[in-house]
Amino acid sequence: MTSNLIVYLIAIPLFSSAALLLAGRKANKWGHLLGTLASASSFGVGAYLFTQMLAQPAEERAMTQKLFTWISVGSFNVDASLLLDQLSICFVLLITGVGTLIHIYSISYMSHDLDRRRFFAYLNLFIASMLLLVLGDSYLNLYVGWEGVGLASYLLIGFWNQKPTYATAAKKAFVMNRVGDLGLSLAIMIAFASMGTVSFAGIEEAAPKASTTTLTAIGIMLLIAAAGKSAQFPLQAWLGDAMAGPTPVSALIHAATMVTAGVYLITRSNFIFDAAPTAQLLVVIVGAITLLFGAVIGTAKDDIKKALAASTMSQIGYMTLAAGLGPAGYAFAIMHLLTHGFFKAGMFLGAGSVMHGMNDEVNMRKYGALRKFMPITFITFGLGYLAIIGVPPFAGFYSKDMIIETALNAGGIKGILLGSITLFGAGLTAFYMTRVMILTFTGTKRWDDDVHPHESPILMWLPMAILAIGSVVSGYLFTRGDALVHWLEPVVAAHEHGEHTYLLPPIVVSGLALTMVLIGVSIAVMMYVRRPVENVAPESVSALTKIVRQDLLQDAANEAIFMRPGQALTKTLIAVDEKVIDGAVHGVGTMAIGSGSGLRKSQTGYVRTYSALILVGAAAIVLGIWVITQ
Amino acid sequence: MDSANYLYLSALLFTIGAVGVVIRRNAIVVFMCIELMLNAANLSFVTFSRINGNLEGQVVAFFTMVVAACEVVVGLAIIVTIYRSRRSASVDDANLLKR
Repeated sequence: MTSNLIVYLIAIPLFSSAALLLAGRKANKWGHLLGTLASASSFGVGAYLFTQMLAQPAEERAMTQKLFTWISVGSFNVDASLLLDQLSICFVLLITGVGTLIHIYSISYMSHDLDRRRFFAYLNLFIASMLLLVLGDSYLNLYVGWEGVGLASYLLIGFWNQKPTYATAAKKAFVMNRVGDLGLSLAIMIAFASMGTVSFAGIEEAAPKASTTTLTAIGIMLLIAAAGKSAQFPLQAWLGDAMAGPTPVSALIHAATMVTAGVYLITRSNFIFDAAPTAQLLVVIVGAITLLFGAVIGTAKDDIKKALAASTMSQIGYMTLAAGLGPAGYAFAIMHLLTHGFFKAGMFLGAGSVMHGMNDEVNMRKYGALRKFMPITFITFGLGYLAIIGVPPFAGFYSKDMIIETALNAGGIKGILLGSITLFGAGLTAFYMTRVMILTFTGTKRWDDDVHPHESPILMWLPMAILAIGSVVSGYLFTRGDALVHWLEPVVAAHEHGEHTYLLPPIVVSGLALTMVLIGVSIAVMMYVRRPVENVAPESVSALTKIVRQDLLQDAANEAIFMRPGQALTKTLIAVDEKVIDGAVHGVGTMAIGSGSGLRKSQTGYVRTYSALILVGAAAIVLGIWVITQ
Repeated sequence: MDSANYLYLSALLFTIGAVGVVIRRNAIVVFMCIELMLNAANLSFVTFSRINGNLEGQVVAFFTMVVAACEVVVGLAIIVTIYRSRRSASVDDANLLKR
């Protein structure tokens, strides 16, 4: 089926972004309205296309639209085409839906910022890029969106670039993303070299004939790409610093949408990963490491946004892990992605609302007892909290439970190991999220006297409320009759529920998960409710806590492994350039100058000297000729 | 008379001219020494013309005279100009074109 409407999904926010940037200060008065309208219209188009898809039988739901022939060289043809299938529409609705809510929120949140128009232009640019990323029908089209998303993220993290640390954070995110981008471009190149095509359909067709080595190589490169964009180990270090951006950005880009691009990439490339077990195993390992890594970091963060960022990292670890489990896990990865989109965006907006009322204070040790002052924020944040820790019947319970179950049933030691990790992660999640809740909303007030906490205006709490409703009901809706699993079946190879032999019955798994959650919550309550919370982080803590506070030394490791050797290499190269290459060039010059100044001494200015030299020279020539002819 | 004697004379004249150019300071004398060298060469040309029994040497001698005449015109003009500005005809005083 073709549809001419798909392009409007991207075009509307893109043109709005261009208009806002080009119109300059003249658009300051209405820029935010245009930006929000563009995002909302895009959502409208997406919703309309969704209803059209629903009307079709399952196999015919995918829609395509060819825009133009992009590259045509010999037998290599790339069309700029869009593909809207069951997987893309999930993302389209998430991006535009959550995106629109965050636009609305930003109208109020950024109302005192002089550059609000530019902010909305970047938000629209991000929406357009992200939509292109999920709608491209080939890796090359995806790549354009992929880079656009990276750019928008850079612009938004560094939105307040008058602060040098924020500008550095933006640069850090961009550079680490570039490492991932390199993986994606290499994957595209390998795919083109070995299969001669870069479109999803073409590669899916060619994949069974390709060698396992090729597919593994492509898979690993795609994993690096996904790790960069989704802040997965070992490219995770940028996400925490990315919180330098305005809070709506953290909600939209670094929680709900952009960071899920890696999960999308892996799910979209299911035909590659299913045929490359090694790459798939690596995906699982990366997911498992990140899951624990993020969760552990989250336990020691006092900055509310950084705690949520660590939690994002951990939750995306869950998704990556699920996506690495093959056909059994793709649907659950996407399900967790969607539910996470609701509750994490909701909680980030809640954090923004708290900051709004607390003079932009982010240190949770300076919060406390905000429940009374911000009841709506407390309720919406609380619903998100219940969803993320996985309390039934909230959204996170369904999606996370499915992942834990799938991990446990992966078979053999792998299954037991992954199951334990996901269960332990669930416990950690419960601990650090409870900690955030307690420190922020309960206990005694610890803020300074000049802070007057107050509830945020309706434009801010309304999006939070809608997202909170999403985090309550979405899990139930997605799992009712396996709705999402069946919906995604045509895209990701179908997985029939019940064909596995279960390691543990689902009800036991749920019980175990809930026990872990209960333990996590109890420990947090014991640590932060029973004991008074100090308003500065205590110094006398164990070495482990100190390491965790430094993000498990991720920056130190990066600096030791990549930055310093890189700097040493650069310095060596500079030295080689200055000493050897410049030395050779300057040497030739110095030699010419030296010989010149030596010979210059023969120029005395005395005619008689010259004539004598001429005479001697002529005599020498005559003598030479005479000697030769003799 | 043996033609070789003319060549010896020519060589002698040339040597006198060359030595004069190198050791004398007065520009006019240097100039005359140059003329002497040119004419020594002319004498050789003419002598070889006679030895070989053809006219080529004599023709070249005429060319040399023409060149010498031109050179005198230009050279004397330079010497006079230098003398006017420096009040000196010594070649060693005109040594600005160094280094």
